Amino acid sequence: MPPTKSMIEHHTYPNGLVLLAETMPSVRSAAFTLLLPAGAAYERPLISTGFGGAATMTAEWISRGAGERDSRALLTALDNLGANHAESAQTLHTSLAVATLGRNLIPALEIFADMILRPHLDDEEVEPIRALCLQSLHSLEDDPGSKVIYELRRRHFPDPWGRSSAGTPEGVTALEPDHLRAFQAETYRPNGAILGVAGAIDWPALRDAVGRLFDAWAPRSAPAIAERPAGPRRDHIPRETQQTQIALAYPSSTVASPDYYDARAVAAILGGYSSARLFTEVREKRGLCYSVYAAYEGQLDRAAMFCHAGSTPERAQETLDVMLGEIARLGEQGVEPDELDMMRAGLKSSLIMAQESSMSRSASLASDWYHLGRVRGLDEISRAFDALSVDAVSAHAARLGRELEPTILTLGPAPLAQPPEREPSALETRN
Amino acid sequence: MPFHHATLDNGLEVIAELDDRAYSVAAGFFVKTGSRDESSDLAGVSHFLEHMTFKGTSSRDALKVNRDFDKVGAKHNAQTSEEDTLYHATCLPEYLPRAFEVLADILRPSLREEDFETEKQVIIEEIRMYLDNPMSVAYEAAKTAHFGAHPLGNSILGTVESIQALTAGGMRGYFERRYSPANIVLAFAGAASWEPLLAMARQRCGEWQGGPAGRLTTPVQGSRRFQSIIRADDHQQTVVGVSDGPPLESDDRHAAHLLATILGDHTSSRLYWSLIDPGLADGAEVSYQDYNQAGAFFTFLSCEPESTRSNLEIIAQVYRLESGTVTELELTQAKNKVLARSVLRGERPMGRLSSLGFHWMYQRKYISVEAELQAYSHVTLADLERIQAQWPLWPPTLVSVGPKTHESPTI
Repeated sequence: MPPTKSMIEHHTYPNGLVLLAETMPSVRSAAFTLLLPAGAAYERPLISTGFGGAATMTAEWISRGAGERDSRALLTALDNLGANHAESAQTLHTSLAVATLGRNLIPALEIFADMILRPHLDDEEVEPIRALCLQSLHSLEDDPGSKVIYELRRRHFPDPWGRSSAGTPEGVTALEPDHLRAFQAETYRPNGAILGVAGAIDWPALRDAVGRLFDAWAPRSAPAIAERPAGPRRDHIPRETQQTQIALAYPSSTVASPDYYDARAVAAILGGYSSARLFTEVREKRGLCYSVYAAYEGQLDRAAMFCHAGSTPERAQETLDVMLGEIARLGEQGVEPDELDMMRAGLKSSLIMAQESSMSRSASLASDWYHLGRVRGLDEISRAFDALSVDAVSAHAARLGRELEPTILTLGPAPLAQPPEREPSALETRN
Repeated sequence: MPFHHATLDNGLEVIAELDDRAYSVAAGFFVKTGSRDESSDLAGVSHFLEHMTFKGTSSRDALKVNRDFDKVGAKHNAQTSEEDTLYHATCLPEYLPRAFEVLADILRPSLREEDFETEKQVIIEEIRMYLDNPMSVAYEAAKTAHFGAHPLGNSILGTVESIQALTAGGMRGYFERRYSPANIVLAFAGAASWEPLLAMARQRCGEWQGGPAGRLTTPVQGSRRFQSIIRADDHQQTVVGVSDGPPLESDDRHAAHLLATILGDHTSSRLYWSLIDPGLADGAEVSYQDYNQAGAFFTFLSCEPESTRSNLEIIAQVYRLESGTVTELELTQAKNKVLARSVLRGERPMGRLSSLGFHWMYQRKYISVEAELQAYSHVTLADLERIQAQWPLWPPTLVSVGPKTHESPTI
């Protein structure tokens, strides 16, 4: 039997950098996830024009030469360590993630320390990066399923919390090297950075190495963000596609809130496993779509449940109506005890199986710390799922579509009839 | 890790790689059937049948199939390719008997008429979803253009028309011919003990019946033709190239995979430095795909429509590299990438399951992660040169999808 208890360690360095580490005795690999407070949400306060795309362009720029290595030497060094790596910007963070063999972990961290503290940021790299980012934006236009989710987030969360890291063609075209340098200098800071490490690791050696590698990293103050209202709450994007894309977003509860697990249960019961309500009613019984799901996204001060389906234009209205109808029915009739059991079985299995993946654990450590300032143990999460009651989860579901007003967006050849918008609720405007 | 193998009386082969450090166990039925085994009147039936198995059996309807998996927290799915249909479930060890009972049950589906008509709509939605994805359109068309009338050119999903024309009776006949126990490998990977696994397999699958199922493996040579498909509203041009490569039965498949990694891995490969790093394309990759008695190198390109031609010229230059120009350093780098990825994938039972099952199905061999890594480490520069000479990547069959029409690149 594999060891059932893993060990989670924590250290905060004087400059504010947080290190979290979990020793996983059953794996040979090790992985880290470094979250930097350098997401697209911070572009507007730092770049006078407010142009989008800086977070993504900067994440690409730092990998094009750092420390003693030029662009080619840097990627070659990572390859030789067998380091699977990804540098990407999201709305809240820029995330640098690596998985490799345990023995190569610290050498890989050394390269990433160069990328953060000693990036070359050569001007001549900016034009190729710009061309790459513009093309990614064009490719996004050719991908209706992703496009509709990008546009839904932007309409649902107050700006800049729904801002896409892909940016806009205007932004990516106009950004100058100095804009990106300013963004990098202000947002790649240790206070607010979280390094989660999991797998075959030696804790004291790791703690010392991270201290040594990131000691010179100076803290900066966090940029102030002024929110702007989002919207519209009901919208359609005309596009000549084979399928009409349907996307809904409901306000949900944050990870730190007391009803977080109720919110996760509602999202799972609607669309998180194979006999979930949306899959059963929209696909299995009516054959209206191939893919339909519900998913949860949590930020510090706001959260959402997203639902998505794609359906042939002639059947898209029925698909939207069935989705809204099922969400309403869940609210009116509540959840079944069986459904709670299935939700628990699925989520608990996922938690335990995540112990087989150093990458997945490193990301969870960093994410937990961001949301809660601590790491939840497996036992704690299991107990929280066990404690869920039919009444509490049903009460949470009853708020959907009532006080929790959805944002609805469709994309396709013709608009659909959408339910009228109600007055925004207290919860949505509390920020 | 211990490996076990047994053949049941009805011909079903059962294999297992056990790992007591794992937290989960994965089970998979590998059915040796896919789009290449379909006649034209049954185009798309393998994939449609994969969907239909989940619609129920004599003792379960579709909802009960899903609920019985969900009750034990099993992650289950299925996939259909040109030559295989794989049904798999991963769960915690204590729930394996219950999850396996459902998985084995659905391999003997009822294929009810009313479910067939409902699921037809789902398949058509899936086809239309992929029609909205330029890379899928280009990939499907490129396979058809390359393999021509050879069954490897058959579409996995079929077309809206072929799916509409299918009947439940036609599907039942196909099921009878292809889902016989002798045409299926049952594989397990992860935390389990062999004797209970074998007993479970006998109990749930021992009564399955059916004779041997054959497959035509006529040799195929790719067409190297050019085709363009206009999609005026697309923003990017999407190009897929196909050229012949070593078959999966060949020992050259490791060298072929390393060559593809050197030429077109998503990071730090020759195409990466020629096209992605300078910002000429937002996608440029090569992958090697092995098939039963056939093989192919696939090239994927996404770029601005105006730069398609010049980018294809760059790809041609990369592929026509003089023999001897791949360096020892590049080969080592590619081996390091492959090694780390195999180790990471192998840490999860589900990650091990597919290579375990497919190796057994096509080679009757157990190949451990270590043995696989050994095979990669033995590849030399001379092997790569031999592959390049025997299976030149240029000129490939090319399908270009997007707003830009242009003649075949005469490079």
